[in-house]
Amino acid sequence: MAQKTVTIPVTRNPEMGPGGRLVPSPLMPFEVENPDLGSERMLINIGPQHPATHGVLRLVCELDGETVTKVVPDIGYLHSSFEKLGEYRTWNQIVPLTDRMDYLAPLIYNCAYVMSVEKLMGIEVTERCKVARVILMEMDRIFGHLLWLGTTAIDVGAFTPFLYSFQERERIYDLHETLTGARITTSATRIGGMMADLPEGWTDQLRAFLRTFPDTLAEIDRLLTRNQIHIGRTQGVGAISAAEAINYGFTGPNLRAAGVDYDVRKDRPYYDYETYDFEVPIGQHGDCYDRYLCRMEEMRQSVRILHQALDRLPGGPINVEDPNISLPSKTDAMSDMESMIHHFKLIMEGIPAPEGDCYYAVEGSKGELGMYVVAEEGGTKPVRWRIRPPSFVNLSVIPRLAEGHLVADLIMINASLDIVLGEIDR
Amino acid sequence: MTDDMRGAFDAVDQGPRPSDPVAAPSGRLPAAVSLHPTIVALGRRFGEAVLGQVVNAGDQHVVWIDPAATFDIMQWLRDDPDQAYDMMSDVTGIDYGHGRPVEVVYQMFSTRHKHALRVRCALPLDAMEIDSVVSLWRSADWLEREVYDLFGVSFRGHPNMIRILMPFDYDEGHPLRKDFPLRGRYSRAEQTRRALNQEVDRFYTEDVLGQAREVQEVLEGPTAPPRRTEEGGA
Repeated sequence: MAQKTVTIPVTRNPEMGPGGRLVPSPLMPFEVENPDLGSERMLINIGPQHPATHGVLRLVCELDGETVTKVVPDIGYLHSSFEKLGEYRTWNQIVPLTDRMDYLAPLIYNCAYVMSVEKLMGIEVTERCKVARVILMEMDRIFGHLLWLGTTAIDVGAFTPFLYSFQERERIYDLHETLTGARITTSATRIGGMMADLPEGWTDQLRAFLRTFPDTLAEIDRLLTRNQIHIGRTQGVGAISAAEAINYGFTGPNLRAAGVDYDVRKDRPYYDYETYDFEVPIGQHGDCYDRYLCRMEEMRQSVRILHQALDRLPGGPINVEDPNISLPSKTDAMSDMESMIHHFKLIMEGIPAPEGDCYYAVEGSKGELGMYVVAEEGGTKPVRWRIRPPSFVNLSVIPRLAEGHLVADLIMINASLDIVLGEIDR
Repeated sequence: MTDDMRGAFDAVDQGPRPSDPVAAPSGRLPAAVSLHPTIVALGRRFGEAVLGQVVNAGDQHVVWIDPAATFDIMQWLRDDPDQAYDMMSDVTGIDYGHGRPVEVVYQMFSTRHKHALRVRCALPLDAMEIDSVVSLWRSADWLEREVYDLFGVSFRGHPNMIRILMPFDYDEGHPLRKDFPLRGRYSRAEQTRRALNQEVDRFYTEDVLGQAREVQEVLEGPTAPPRRTEEGGA
């Protein structure tokens, strides 16, 4: 049995040192037993029904005392085989499946999918459509990051940012609703354009949101960024080096927090992102705090991009003027024979694709979101439709990040990765 | 026969003319030789292990390699300073059906040179095995497990080759294969019957089962306290 001499500074020591400093009391040394508590490990289950796992995720943890020695994530509870379902649907019928994967930023998924199919088919969308999609994607980046911000703050005990960020999310929900009629399952895009043009007054509604949103963000920033409790819970927790972060497949804010300058919008630009003026925030330490800082800054940069995109939003048609790709207007379909035939062919047969495959990556709110489509010659349905899931790969790093930390830190690490189980399980 | 009638019946001999000019398929350019620096270098270094290449969707370079040489080629792609594909974005599979080989697809990106590359390996249906690249890129860990789960391709040298999205003891096959029916192999009633009939004891350790038996004995034994049938209050 180990014996240990402990000298404890006591406050009621009459011999207070100079400047009020505590001095070890000469009366206090005593011997304590420091028993070896043994090394039996304990297995605990976190989830699948637990609010801190941010979805139907089960984490099987092996603990030594309160230290995590091993984490095994167990996923698949929400598996609905979207990729298999996609093989039985025409190109346009797949769009509703995409927003059911990441219901926290559905428009990014809608856009990424049709962008991939359009690239495969060689369709060039109109200028208005391009800018509109940039607006929708940046808006949903803020939408996704706000949810992450609120739920992560609540995981470390800060309740107010949760309320503030959900209030702002509510306004984006309203924008979704005005645009598509739905709040989460937007399904706003179609091959060659959008389901409908931006409704009248929608851009003003978005501008009104952009006017006041930075104030809320600054308020949350004041509540968290220099908050000692928040710093204590996040700094140095779940840190990863730059080289390791790349090797483990991190993308998005998680990767940039580790100090890697990789953003799909900058490195493989699409939709004229190279002409927008914005910065990509890069972290240094790769810990939870840097991930927090990166996402906060990304929201501010998205506001910048949104302002520029709204300024340059041109007029003109939003769908490509090709009757073999875009549906005719309802009036035309009911009154004009040709249009009715096109309508019939498009609905009953779909759009034929050339043979080949296409991988199209966009910067989603969670990381690099890739859509990979494979088609046979003239195929109106995909042979294979694959989503490169950013959350799935980001979550696979959690055993590496959490080992050696406390259970409470595991909750923080899991929250800081910004996962969405709908897309992990697909 | 007048002049303007001449040629009127040519269509009978020649068959109908196509009404629209036939557009060239926009995506695939079969004749195009890829000038992707990596594919050129691959061909120079590995020769016959490079089985083919194509440029798809305008500017996306695809190369097919011999599955037997996968690990060497992948290691070279990662470590050669001119290639430096340090990011394995995605590993997935394709099943075309009709007895065609199942393909494993790697999407790679080099953060140093900003190159993207897609590598594909065709695996015949009777030899669905390929080298794992987990030792090169840790991101391939779960992605390869998913390909195993959904396509049945097994990866040699993977540290933990088990199912990931489907239940670990799922025995109906691999769902993304074309021969797997959309609604599963069994009816809903049959699936329920199987779920109810499974041996749940295998999910517990002998320790836990022993404790459960003790409790069972106490409850069912002669010394078990009579169960209260009346509850006081509302």
